[in-house]
Amino acid sequence: MNFLAAIGRTFLAFLAAVGRLALFTLTALAQCLKPPFYPRLFLRQVIDIGYYSLPVVGLTALFTGMVLALQTQAGFSRFGAGGFGADVVLLSVVRELGPVLAGLMVAGRIGASMAAEIGTMRVTEQIDALSTLSTNPYKYLVAPRLVAGLLMLPCLVIVADIIGVFGGFLISVYRLGENPSAYIASTWQALQAEDVVLSLLKAAAFGFVVALMGCYHGYNSRGGAQGVGAATTNAVVSASILILLFDFMITGLYVG
Amino acid sequence: MATPKIRLEGVHKAFGPKQVLRGIDLEIASGESLVVIGGSGTGKSVLLKSTLGLIRPDRGRILIDGAETQDLSGGDRVGLMKRFGMLFQGAALFDSLTVWENVAFGLIQGRGESRKRAKEIAVDKLAQVGLGPDVAALYPAELSGGMQKRVGLARAIAAEPEIIFFDEPTTGLDPIMADVINDLIVKCRRDLGATTLSITHDMASARKIADRIAMIHEGRIIWAGPAAQVNDSGNPYVDQFVHGRADGPIQMQVRVS
Repeated sequence: MNFLAAIGRTFLAFLAAVGRLALFTLTALAQCLKPPFYPRLFLRQVIDIGYYSLPVVGLTALFTGMVLALQTQAGFSRFGAGGFGADVVLLSVVRELGPVLAGLMVAGRIGASMAAEIGTMRVTEQIDALSTLSTNPYKYLVAPRLVAGLLMLPCLVIVADIIGVFGGFLISVYRLGENPSAYIASTWQALQAEDVVLSLLKAAAFGFVVALMGCYHGYNSRGGAQGVGAATTNAVVSASILILLFDFMITGLYVG
Repeated sequence: MATPKIRLEGVHKAFGPKQVLRGIDLEIASGESLVVIGGSGTGKSVLLKSTLGLIRPDRGRILIDGAETQDLSGGDRVGLMKRFGMLFQGAALFDSLTVWENVAFGLIQGRGESRKRAKEIAVDKLAQVGLGPDVAALYPAELSGGMQKRVGLARAIAAEPEIIFFDEPTTGLDPIMADVINDLIVKCRRDLGATTLSITHDMASARKIADRIAMIHEGRIIWAGPAAQVNDSGNPYVDQFVHGRADGPIQMQVRVS
């Protein structure tokens, strides 16, 4: 009986957490649409998310593209299909690895930083101070981050896709000895607009999820340094899991 | 009889199973300085934050100038906040902004003042709390605790509010700096003619800034009276607290049960 009660309590706690998150999301979204807007804060987030994440996202994409080219060559040559390297690298990077790895990297970098910053503001009463100064914390802290996350991750993913494909090109041409013109022609031929749209759609969803988790866990952090640490961990872990979940759902809808 | 500036009627608040406020009844007249004293964990901060609207009470009414405020939200709440100033216990300065931007924050964001005009006002308010214009360009992390409190006070009075709340204004300060802050609070209140509600467990501070003192214990106001009577309250709880005695009706939990 105790076991059943424990399951029931856990399930109710889960539903309550989902409800709190839904309420937080709706409140934040409503504040995104209502003036006043804070362009300086939005620009700061754009630079934080879009510009300062470029090195980590770019490096991740480069190495992923290079590894893909090596693995494709090694694996596909067993079946006499070694010539599909360019297609496999392109499709893998654009459809899947570009947005997912960029999302995970940004979750680690930006989700953690948002949770830590907002969490510290919570435990030092800075969020209460915002309210007393006639400023809505959702509008001032959450809305600029959500919009910047939604818009900047697609930009990062475009760069990641290009760099990833370029990494595959480097390995295929300079290590595996493929003809550069043939590789580029093959890549162009395999490239389809709908793959890019899928990539950007995933990126926008992941960007929103990363910013939302960072803000939500930071905003609700409690109990000093330990609470901020827990909020940071929870933000990264939940954003990472949600990225993989959304990736599966969006791919499932796309594939049909 | 004049309508009190602030009136609390039967305010209750619980966090899970822990009942923090158990029916607070309190009145503060316009222009009056009320200080609520009480030990740690008695509900002082929750009382202050409930009155300010940062925490929603479970039951009871909070009236400002006779109008209920406990259910306000959105634009109405933001509008009400323009009438308040607040000095937080740890000053709660925004560490990504300079000192003058902190002081001018409410003027720029809440009242739409231009940055140039807001900076002039901020420098003026900093001067009122004894800080020179050279401090204006510093960041909060570059200031001592006492200076942060002064900046917090300058921010609280920047928009010249009708009502100012002080949350443990002298906690963490040395006795001399604590007295400086007390003097500044008295001066600012006199200059603005504001109604003030302070919470503290520092009796020297309470005696200096209060017209009236109320004591909170286990979520209820157990005594309220003029500041001059606090030493002769006739209430054993107040006597024990005021004289800082370990023996008395207030039993402190000294170990985890």
